[in-house]
Amino acid sequence: MELVLVVLIGILYATGIFLILRRSMVKLLLGIALLGNGTNILIFLLGNIVKGSPPIIGENVNILREIYADPVPQALILTAIVISFGLTAFAIVLLHRVYAFLDSDDLDDLNTPDEDI
Amino acid sequence: MLFTVLLGFIVAILPAFLRKVVKTRWLVLLAIVPSLIFIYYLFQLPAIASGSVLKQSTDWVPSLGVNLSLRLDGLSLLFTLLISGIGIGIFVYAYEYLKKHRYIDRFFTYLLLFMSAMLGLVLSDNLLLLFIFWELTSLSSFFLIGFNNESEGSRKSALISFTTTGMGGFFLLAAFVLIGDIAGTYNLSELIDQGNIYYEHPYYPLIIAFFLLGAFTKSAQFPFHFWLPGAMKAPTPVSAYLHSATMVKAGIFLIARFTPILGGQTMWTAPLLIVGGFTMLYAVVNSLYRTDLKSILAYSTISALGVLTFLLGVGTKTGFIAAIAFIIAHALYKASLFLVTGIIDLKLGTRDISVLGGLGKTIPIVAFSAVLAALSSAGLPGSFGFISKDLIYEATLGSTIFQPESTGHYLLIGLAVLTNIGLVIAGFLAGIRPFTGTPSTKIKLPSKIYINYKLWVPPFILATISFVLGMLPHLPSHKIVDPAVTSIHNSITSADLALWHGWSVVLALSLVTLAAGSALYFMIKPSHDKEQYFAKWQVASPQNIFAGITDVFKTMSMSITNFMHNGFLRSYTFKIILFAEILFVYLLWQDGPIYIDYSQLSSISIYEVITIIILCGALLLLLLSKSRLTAVVATSVVGYTICLIFVFYSAPDLAMTQFSIDTLTVVLFVFVLFKLPPFLSFKNLKTRVRDSIIAIGFGVIISLITLKVMQQPFSSEIKDFYANYAYTLAKGKNVVNVILVDFRGMDTMFEIVVLSIAGLGVYSLLKLRLKSSEKE
Repeated sequence: MELVLVVLIGILYATGIFLILRRSMVKLLLGIALLGNGTNILIFLLGNIVKGSPPIIGENVNILREIYADPVPQALILTAIVISFGLTAFAIVLLHRVYAFLDSDDLDDLNTPDEDI
Repeated sequence: MLFTVLLGFIVAILPAFLRKVVKTRWLVLLAIVPSLIFIYYLFQLPAIASGSVLKQSTDWVPSLGVNLSLRLDGLSLLFTLLISGIGIGIFVYAYEYLKKHRYIDRFFTYLLLFMSAMLGLVLSDNLLLLFIFWELTSLSSFFLIGFNNESEGSRKSALISFTTTGMGGFFLLAAFVLIGDIAGTYNLSELIDQGNIYYEHPYYPLIIAFFLLGAFTKSAQFPFHFWLPGAMKAPTPVSAYLHSATMVKAGIFLIARFTPILGGQTMWTAPLLIVGGFTMLYAVVNSLYRTDLKSILAYSTISALGVLTFLLGVGTKTGFIAAIAFIIAHALYKASLFLVTGIIDLKLGTRDISVLGGLGKTIPIVAFSAVLAALSSAGLPGSFGFISKDLIYEATLGSTIFQPESTGHYLLIGLAVLTNIGLVIAGFLAGIRPFTGTPSTKIKLPSKIYINYKLWVPPFILATISFVLGMLPHLPSHKIVDPAVTSIHNSITSADLALWHGWSVVLALSLVTLAAGSALYFMIKPSHDKEQYFAKWQVASPQNIFAGITDVFKTMSMSITNFMHNGFLRSYTFKIILFAEILFVYLLWQDGPIYIDYSQLSSISIYEVITIIILCGALLLLLLSKSRLTAVVATSVVGYTICLIFVFYSAPDLAMTQFSIDTLTVVLFVFVLFKLPPFLSFKNLKTRVRDSIIAIGFGVIISLITLKVMQQPFSSEIKDFYANYAYTLAKGKNVVNVILVDFRGMDTMFEIVVLSIAGLGVYSLLKLRLKSSEKE
């Protein structure tokens, strides 16, 4: 499964980069989101993935023993997901704003807006 | 001593604040500043003449070895007297010359800045301090040359001179750093005491090359001489002060100052002799066919600077005496010739000697100073010029670089004689030609011209001093020349300047020079035709070559900027990613092969395969879709499948978060963007293929890096820490939650702050209504 995930990270990155290189602002945004997802899986993979044993301490014990998933990458990814949501949300609204100004989501139209307004 | 340097800087700020006051006639009071400095240094004369060296030091940046340390010895004293003494005249003259100019306040700020910087330069006892003042003189010179900033020629000349001297400054700094590094100190006095400890060092040639490049650019030696004629675009008092009497001599000063430190070797004297010798002849020939008075003076100044370099290259004690005497003589007569030229220019509006003539009757007092100065420059017996010319010949005859009576020796003498004949002619052309003969019919001369005393007194005094010193040569001999030579030659000197040396070869050469120069003067008639004829030869001149190099640099940087900074985001991204790929590939290749430990891998189940297939399908849809909505939905499908992967691999919290965030994102997207036009799609196959290659390449690299990282041994230290203490310390069963809200609670709080700010941004951007005028 690890190998599959490794390939998946590559695919997510490749797609993300390809989208970032487009002229459309929406594609740019989606591309960034994909890069974020790819990175999350990358971090996830680094903590040695484990099936069916979440890092939750049982009813009657005080310490996690035996095999359990690494909680550190999970905490990191959780933060990353939330922050990237903040970024995406703000970017979406910004995009909306640009569209309201320019009636376009072409990045090239942003180059010399001052002369037009 | 420090105060004399700082005084000018302090006063220089004043005109900026006292604009109203400054533009009145009280401005002339600024001449008090150089006067005070001049008097101060005059009082230092006896002490320095008796052989002592005054030092003063204040900490500035002690950690870098930069201190405000000053040193007053014979050489510095000579220059301080020249700077402040000529400065008095220049300040008075410049006030009258520019009093109608709207930026006169600025002018005096620059001039004061220059004067202080120049004083600092000659007094510095620290290499880095010296460099700072060196650059300050270049800077103030830049502002003064470009003073008439409405004129394109002025701006261009200012830039040329600044780049040339600035470039030299860089080399000089390099030389200073090398010297300081080898000697272990930046203190000039210590360096002088150490003497030449470098001549066996492998960097010695490099130090000399860098050092001389710095000095030659400043002192306008061939092939860097071209900035000086251009600098004549500055107001005439500036030309007289900076570009003839003081600043251009900074390079000479520096060579003299470093003679005890770097000199005494053929590697030092040879370039000085060659460059100085060539410059002095080349420039004087160039001065003879000019019609512009200031051009003639500029080229003869370059020639004089060449003579000084040449004399320092001769390297004998007589050579140094001759150099010092010539510095004084040249500063006096050249400054007064410049000032006279300024008067003619101001009153008649032309500096063209092919039309000027007969001014002797209209402005006799000015003519008198001009003729005195010209005679001093020609070396008429009785003038200080005569004494210095004698010394030049004496030094050349006594030079030790060639065997006496060898061809090389005669060559040097011939060079000196030819140059001096040329200088005689140039001096006469500038100082006598406009005042004799008849004026051309092209200009109308007024019968009577009123010249304010502020204009004619400074050149008059300077020219008179030339003759006073010439008649009484023992006056400067012991007080000024001896100590100055002592500080170059490091031995007690007695120059014994005298008017009469008896019948000798030197006297014969002097008289021959004077006679030949006077005779040739009557034969030369500068005209515009001749000037244009010679201008044809300028194609291969250093100035054009340098201009060509500058142009190449300009176009090069322009094309680099256009390529790198073309204004298209995707082009930037493309370059960045391509560069990153090259770096990563290189690192991966360096790092060796990748191993995969198959025993450590976990198995794969049918659910996972299906999930991955859905994910890939969604990505494909995203890439191919022409509708924005489909693309957004496809992205959210990608998010949901990743959410499933989190579920499979024991990360319930991540799955929850990913799920809710994905849903929110889609909702926001749809709410905000549903009315946007369809996707842009540009069917440029070539671009798409190129981008695909780059993108796939990056994906592969990331995968390889991931494999590489998985190869690293896994440390479970942190993991175990949280497993052990999540409940015992923080009383929480869900370890991930405990990390977020307890162990790393502060981080989470800031995360919330970031989110709130983003939320506020979103809210305000949505609420903000466009005014109709803002809408395109």
